[in-house]
Amino acid sequence: MTGFLTLLYKELLRFWKVGFQTILAPVVSTLLYLLIFYHVLEGHVETYPGVPYTVFLVPGLVMMSVMQNAFANASSSMIQSKISGNIVFVLLSPLTYWQIFLAYILASVARGLMVGLGVYLVGWLFFDVPYYWPGWIVMFAVAGSGLLGALGVIAGIWADKFDQLAAFQNFIIIPLTFLSGVFYSIHSLPPAWQVLSHLNPFFYMIDGFRYGFFGESDSSPYLSLVIVIACFAAISLLAVKMLRSGYKLRY
Amino acid sequence: MSIAIAVENVCKNYGTFRALDHVSLKIHSGEFFALLGPNGAGKTTLIHTIAGLAIADSGAVHVMGNHVMAGYRLARRQLGVVPQELVFDPFFTVREILNIQSGYYGLTDNSRWIDEIIVRLGLEDKANVNMRALSGGMKRRVMVAQALVHKPPVIILDEPTAGVDVELRQSLWDFIQQLNREGHTIVLTTHYLEEAEALCNRIALLKQGRIIALDSMQNLISTMAMGYILRLRMHPDDLPSNFQKIQVGCHNGCFDLKIDSYTQIEPILAQLRQTGVQIQEMQLLQPDLEDVFVNMMNRSHFETQ
Ligand SMILES: Nc1ncnc2c1ncn2[C@@H]1O[C@H](COP(=O)(O)OP(=O)(O)O)[C@@H](O)[C@H]1O
Ligand SMILES: [Mg+2]
Repeated sequence: MTGFLTLLYKELLRFWKVGFQTILAPVVSTLLYLLIFYHVLEGHVETYPGVPYTVFLVPGLVMMSVMQNAFANASSSMIQSKISGNIVFVLLSPLTYWQIFLAYILASVARGLMVGLGVYLVGWLFFDVPYYWPGWIVMFAVAGSGLLGALGVIAGIWADKFDQLAAFQNFIIIPLTFLSGVFYSIHSLPPAWQVLSHLNPFFYMIDGFRYGFFGESDSSPYLSLVIVIACFAAISLLAVKMLRSGYKLRY
Repeated sequence: MSIAIAVENVCKNYGTFRALDHVSLKIHSGEFFALLGPNGAGKTTLIHTIAGLAIADSGAVHVMGNHVMAGYRLARRQLGVVPQELVFDPFFTVREILNIQSGYYGLTDNSRWIDEIIVRLGLEDKANVNMRALSGGMKRRVMVAQALVHKPPVIILDEPTAGVDVELRQSLWDFIQQLNREGHTIVLTTHYLEEAEALCNRIALLKQGRIIALDSMQNLISTMAMGYILRLRMHPDDLPSNFQKIQVGCHNGCFDLKIDSYTQIEPILAQLRQTGVQIQEMQLLQPDLEDVFVNMMNRSHFETQ
């Protein structure tokens, strides 16, 4: 247990020491989206009846920042210690593979939640965003950031160079996020796109998360939670399997 | 005597290249053991298979009786490794690093031992300095400290003195020798053969992934080295022609003659006396590890041709 807590502490400290870049900067850049969409789209688009577009948008942006930062944290920590070589100190230690995995993703969850909270607080101050069912909000935020943290571990292990990691992010993470309904309700899409959206696991994270704010969603939050947790479990098993086999870590 | 490290018939391939070729080796508890060989011989690869940083393709490795893969947690607890590559975590200070490293091994209050290793490795002034700001030699010391935080019974050092100044080399070896006297098993690789000769009881010589010699230092030197060198300064300063076939070199105006045993000395001196040569200086050079090393490397070179 001490070993696990130590690695978790180290991973937390790693991003906390450079909090300006890892927490503040992403909060500010997400708020820029909010500002722009507010000026351009407020009053033109209505997604849920009676909910102004900006208010609708805030939870989506919060979840997007939670997910992106959880992914960025695990993947950059992993690839940095792999490329600089200091991952050996973890590999030489008696930490179990599950302990290593959990330490990485819990740190990612922590960073994701911190950034998400920062974005939400601003949205709440300026746009009066409600929160009806905080339980759902917390469950989807934790499960979603855990899932993205696990994906980050996988991407960080797989990538040999920073540009491969960037490719993973640009071709997998960002499209799945942008097509998951961060900026719109999928009911406003043509039917074919609606079907496709339902195949995207990220859709259920955003949708379930948004349910916690409005009590309204495109899919049932129970179904969404089951799907998110199932994906989280599958990705986690894959990540631990990679750690155990030593794939790209132990030669 | 218990076995600290048991390597049984280990092979390791990188693609089609065979880095370790049926290596078997037993290192007993309390030994001070050297792993020697030219660059690319497979020393680091062997250390990595022991440490679990590389996975052997066949064969088995045990550390203090624990299989390094199946029983990895127990095996890794018993082992402290100083990797060859200079690696460090730029986010932390020396003391933070050592506290974190202790935590990995389940130690929460290790500050007394950490203070001691900091002093023993001459890191007092640097304890609260960020790793990034340390010189290469200082980083190397921190790596040694990291390998020792959990007082492992088996300590492996992969070229710990590469790029380290003479002063630290001496104090490092004093510290390691003390740990050895206290019962820790030490395995090292080094490019300085005189270091291995001064410190180790037993050595393994590795070449192209194979162990070509494994013996105590004395046995290797007495059986593998070819004879002694008789170094003479003479007046008049030239070597009678019948000695030229055993001459192996010249050294500051001295002639180096190669002999196989002490019994050859007296006949040589007698012959020189007969030819009227006067001996002004005489030395008998014992073979050392370097002779063994060069000899073995050449010999197996011819064998593998
Ligand atoms: N990860 C690797 N991939 C491919 N070849 C490797 C790898 N690691 C080591 N080798 C090769 O294995 C051989 C042994 O290397 P190494 O164990 O580092 O030698 P030594 O430590 O004795 O100098 C070398 O020829 C090296 O190029
Ligand atoms: Mg080496």
